[in-house]
Amino acid sequence: MADVTLKGIVKDFGSTRIIHGVDLQIKDRELIVFVGPSGCGKSTLLRLIAGLEDITDGDMFIDGDLVNQRSPKERKIAMVFQSYALYPHMNVYENMAFGLELSKHSKEDIKDKVMEAARILELTPLLERKPKQLSGGQRQRVAIGRAIVRNPKVFLFDEPLSNLDAALRVQMRIEIAKLHQDMDATMVYVTHDQVEAMTLADRIVVLNAGRIEQVGSPLELYHRPRNKFVAGFIGSPKMNFIEAQVTGVAEDGVELSVIGSDPVKVAVDPTGLAVGDKVEFGIRPEHMGSGTEGELSGKVEVIEELGESHFLHVRLTDGSLITVQGRGDATAKAGESCKVKLDCSHAHVFGGDGFAFSKLGTLGQHEKTATLEGA
Amino acid sequence: MNRQMKSILFYTLVVVVVIFSVFPFYYAIVTSFRSGQELFNPSVFPTSFTTGNYFSIFKEQPFGLNILNSVIVATSVVILSLIIAVTASYALARIHFRGRGLLLMTILSVSMFPQVAILSGMYELIRSMGLYNSLPGLIIPNTVLTLPFTVWVLTTFMKELPKELEEAAVVDGASPLTIVRRIFLPLMWPAMVTTGLLAFIGAWNEFLFALTFTLSNEVRTVPVAIALMSGATEYELPWGNIMAASVLVTVPIVVLVLVFQRKIVAGLTAGAVKG
Repeated sequence: MADVTLKGIVKDFGSTRIIHGVDLQIKDRELIVFVGPSGCGKSTLLRLIAGLEDITDGDMFIDGDLVNQRSPKERKIAMVFQSYALYPHMNVYENMAFGLELSKHSKEDIKDKVMEAARILELTPLLERKPKQLSGGQRQRVAIGRAIVRNPKVFLFDEPLSNLDAALRVQMRIEIAKLHQDMDATMVYVTHDQVEAMTLADRIVVLNAGRIEQVGSPLELYHRPRNKFVAGFIGSPKMNFIEAQVTGVAEDGVELSVIGSDPVKVAVDPTGLAVGDKVEFGIRPEHMGSGTEGELSGKVEVIEELGESHFLHVRLTDGSLITVQGRGDATAKAGESCKVKLDCSHAHVFGGDGFAFSKLGTLGQHEKTATLEGA
Repeated sequence: MNRQMKSILFYTLVVVVVIFSVFPFYYAIVTSFRSGQELFNPSVFPTSFTTGNYFSIFKEQPFGLNILNSVIVATSVVILSLIIAVTASYALARIHFRGRGLLLMTILSVSMFPQVAILSGMYELIRSMGLYNSLPGLIIPNTVLTLPFTVWVLTTFMKELPKELEEAAVVDGASPLTIVRRIFLPLMWPAMVTTGLLAFIGAWNEFLFALTFTLSNEVRTVPVAIALMSGATEYELPWGNIMAASVLVTVPIVVLVLVFQRKIVAGLTAGAVKG
């Protein structure tokens, strides 16, 4: 197992730059997740690590060795593809054995390794089957098995669960998490699903348009997003952004008037802010409440019931639409006026450049252990 | 229009189509069993039955040798063109290089030239290579003739194979040749059988090259041998022999098609539905 270091990695397709100088240090035995909207370059970055694409500029090290010019095999990586990419004409055993066969392992050695992987992934009864006789989840397990048998330095997963249905996805997610614990392997995992990212990752890398927006533990990204993009991308439903004006600046935070409300206090570092500045106030749906009292007023437009909780989509007086989460069943009705209460200890303030003003106060347990890195 | 009328019209159409497509073959078979004066009986029904024509074609000329020549030429053409086409289509479908589209279009447009247009040029080539009046002199031109089609079809098919499959093999440490041999070939059997069979039929029936590039009866292939069959006198056209020979050489093709029929259908639709 090994660490992976990316130094100023650049990738051009023709004249289009897809990856703009990425620096990243992936630690030994870490499960790191690349997440971002489609077209952000997360899969390209993974393929660059795999060696399936040539690096335009920059250096890549695996286990301390410069691997820019090396083939995927020489990099000792294994990759699990979104479409599984099983060899359709080979049965499960042959699929897993293929790579070992090519690297001239002995028959007994191949058999031992394949049987071991099949045992771990509960594929033993299926070894004689062809891929088309397998279900989606079983195919994905074979694809993972094919990666395991080669005992790679780094596992690469390219959206491995996005072809599965919701229930199976949850199950496979847990299996991958378990696999990571058991194998103690370095894993890089690409997904557009932020739930997968939050639940699996030791650290998440948020990518946008070929650049790293932020690197950190899941909770660090959730509680302390570096900018508006990360704040909006992590969390579902996404964070609400509301226009606000600074009405007071103190050492322990700023006072804001959110669309004409009475001043609310947010504990952020006020450096660079002055009374009268326009900022954006960011707050997640789960940190607000609706009722008869609150700082903001608006009208309920749509109600979404989930059973254990509900979402109110509220049109505020300035015309913006925000989402408010509540526990249990909704008591409000669509079309009614309501007040929205803000829990400002969880609020964020973003400047005109989209960057967040760093939060003051004690860090949570998870945030303490996390280290701030990134672009 | 009621249902009955519709089905009457439908089956009338079917009968007409079947008669038009089958009648020439039927008539050839019926004629092949006639002899002497009977040959000029215009009746469409079998009026006499004699198998003499089937024996006389082997007695009066080296027709067995002609069949053997055809088998050798057609088989070699299939093997050669498939080997070249598979490797070429891998490059054309999977490797990006400058002028790839142009090359593909050139291959396609070359196949549109009428055979006559390249005949004299090909003749000079064959002569200069010293292959005139020999089997290799037929194998090479026929391979050249069938390659554009074979390459084009296999390239289209290869493009349809998922890219991840190749990448998975690359990650497994496979070289390009291993990928073609171990991954692509097994998946391309239907397409290979289809194109191979069409190449075989093309080479088997090819007439113009076979006529031009051969001189003696011993290296002729079947179509030329049949066309040049002569009767006992110059005033006699041996229709019975010609028909018997034609029927005889069609049989292997029909058998081949029947044997590979399921593969052909799979090959023709393989691009449409990915399994």
